[in-house]
Amino acid sequence: MSENTDPADIFRTEAAELLEQLETALLDLERAPADSNLINQAFRALHTIKGSGAMFGFEQVAAFTHEFESAFDRVRKGETAPDPELIAIALNAKDFIRELIEKPEEASAVIGMCILTDLRKLTQAPQAGAALAAVGPEAAAPAPPTSELQHWRIGVRFHKDVLINGSNPLLLLDELRALGDCNVTVDCRDLPDLAALEPAVCYFTWNVELTTTHPQSAIEEVFVFVLDEMELKIEAGTAPATEGRPAVATQEPAGEPPAADAAIKRGGKEAATIRVPAERLDEMMDRVGELVIAQARLSQLAGAGASTNGVAEEIERLTSSLRDAMMGIRMLPIGSLFGRFRRLVHDISRDLKKEIELVAEGEETELDKTMVERLADPLIHVIRNAADHGLEQPEARIAAGKPAVGRIRLVARHAGAEVLIAVSDDGRGLDAKRIRAKAEEQGLIAPGAPMSEQQLYQLIFHPGFSTASVVSALSGRGVGMDVVRRTIDGLRGSIDIASEAGKGTTITLRLPLTLAIIEGLLVRVGDARYVAPLTSVEECVELPPVVGAGSRGRSFLNIRGELVPFLRLREMFGESGEPDPHQKVVIVSHNDARVGLVVDQILGGHQTVIKSLSKFHADVASFSGATILGDGAVALILDVPQLIAAAQKREAHVNSGKSEAA
Amino acid sequence: MKTILTVDDSASVRQMVRIALTGAGYAVVEAGDGVQGLSVAKRQAVNLVITDLNMPNMNGLEFIRSLRQLPPYRGVPIVFLTTESDDSLKSEAKASGATGWITKPFKQEQLLAVAKKLLG
Repeated sequence: MSENTDPADIFRTEAAELLEQLETALLDLERAPADSNLINQAFRALHTIKGSGAMFGFEQVAAFTHEFESAFDRVRKGETAPDPELIAIALNAKDFIRELIEKPEEASAVIGMCILTDLRKLTQAPQAGAALAAVGPEAAAPAPPTSELQHWRIGVRFHKDVLINGSNPLLLLDELRALGDCNVTVDCRDLPDLAALEPAVCYFTWNVELTTTHPQSAIEEVFVFVLDEMELKIEAGTAPATEGRPAVATQEPAGEPPAADAAIKRGGKEAATIRVPAERLDEMMDRVGELVIAQARLSQLAGAGASTNGVAEEIERLTSSLRDAMMGIRMLPIGSLFGRFRRLVHDISRDLKKEIELVAEGEETELDKTMVERLADPLIHVIRNAADHGLEQPEARIAAGKPAVGRIRLVARHAGAEVLIAVSDDGRGLDAKRIRAKAEEQGLIAPGAPMSEQQLYQLIFHPGFSTASVVSALSGRGVGMDVVRRTIDGLRGSIDIASEAGKGTTITLRLPLTLAIIEGLLVRVGDARYVAPLTSVEECVELPPVVGAGSRGRSFLNIRGELVPFLRLREMFGESGEPDPHQKVVIVSHNDARVGLVVDQILGGHQTVIKSLSKFHADVASFSGATILGDGAVALILDVPQLIAAAQKREAHVNSGKSEAA
Repeated sequence: MKTILTVDDSASVRQMVRIALTGAGYAVVEAGDGVQGLSVAKRQAVNLVITDLNMPNMNGLEFIRSLRQLPPYRGVPIVFLTTESDDSLKSEAKASGATGWITKPFKQEQLLAVAKKLLG
């Protein structure tokens, strides 16, 4: 958060988080209506949204939230029970607040009124008419100075704790002086002997003669914070002054009254901020500190012409721990995402009249911030499909001897440098036969083509496969699923599917921990170097010389009895010149498909900081980015899914060419 | 330079407070709840504390009481943020040792007026 960040943007981010908390609390309340912690949590979220909203110009948000809060206050006081109906409306109200914040111009006031009416009906809250006034900026401006000069005699005597409680009488007297012509005398009658003197106690009484154009309220306002802990006598020089205390705290002139109906303009840019636990920043600071020291040592050694090997190792260690610390800062627990799905499942279960229980595990699993954001959509599709098409209707479930309540499990966990997110349902499972029939009918696969179950399952992510005409047992599973595949590919992840007929389906998304840095395998093709992401590399083998001399036609390698197609990167990238005598093949895989990439030389592992390609090169299919090598040269990063697709296409092309020839 | 500690679980409020106060030449340190607030206050000298009352972990009242018990914070002004509807909290906060209050929603000028009133 920089110094210049607009607080309104921070408010939006913050309100989004608070609304999520509110939703979680409301959904939990449905299960545990008596839990006062949850009620307080919901209430606190509302309270903060209201308070901050009013401060940053979101008057509509503040006004609506205030009404919501008043209604909900009755729940807090135990006067109304949070039954499912109330929670459903509260959830709508929460959605409406989000709309007011994000797209105020689209939020309909009528809808807002309806929600509030419903809410009030259920909680029987009295019509909170004064609510709007309460949240608007207060207009209690001090009265302007009267033009007449008035003489005041003021007696000021504080209680003895006033100093301990942080008030400084001298400052207050200075404030009085600022009001006009002022003469202050101190009365130290109560001052005890030095031995008995308590240094933190105020023993004085002051008498002030003030001539000012300000009214009496201005004088009282000087002492607004301490009126309860002092005796203040104010007497007018001419007319007798009435004793009285102002009812409001000190207020500056309210300035121009904010137009309550003015549309709240939302800035075009997204608030891209992240909350970082302080200890992570501390850790990073420690590393940076060490790095500075190491750098100083390096300068010293370089100056003396000594060997720098030791420092080089030190810096290498520091750089990698600094990298880890930095990545840690970008990490968010995936729980924030899971929270949204509970609402989704809640809604789906109501719409479909299926009882669904969502079980989330591993919510503390951390993932790169960008990743968490981009995972929301695909996970929604996967969960929706599981609920919609995976789980059967309650009757069918009972008939199959399963509990009526369907269960969707959402599990996140780390596995090496990857994060696995599994969505499993205990529904009817995928029917491989039907998928094959459908795919053959749509011409996606050749009739009778040998395919593993996994390969067949993967077809549900095929765009052409996601049509509404897919029926019954398979019933539309795959709607929107191509989106899932595309997004996961874009995140350099992969998808596994496991399914058992009648028992359920598990879709596992495998994702790299971060998008910014990968472990890569550096290879050379001709004069250029390339990086293959290490997570997709299975093994490296030597290209057998017979195959090496082979034609441009179909190229397969026999890897322990399995045929793996390979691509000659020299040909693909148009490298001229002689290939190395002993070419190597890097076997890469993605979603169970494997392909060999023929390269000239394997250079070794490489920590790869990914730089995205420029706009001009964004459409180049074979590369997903670029990186800068230690010697300053640029190496392109191979896009494995695209290369595999290219190999498969080529294979299909060769096949069709053959059949034409036949 | 006078240092002001602002304790609020709402980052937007902290941001607004920081912008207003740093613009007026004060140094600002921040904490997201009472527990953090105490640890900041123990680590460095603070001339004024501005705290919300409604916070997770340790609420504002408890924070004010605990802070007031630390010898270096006897006499340091503590201002709390409140809303009109929480008027009943005001006397409780004062009894806990608070010096003054600011009613939310407030404008930057109101905040600065209070800082000036208590710091001079």
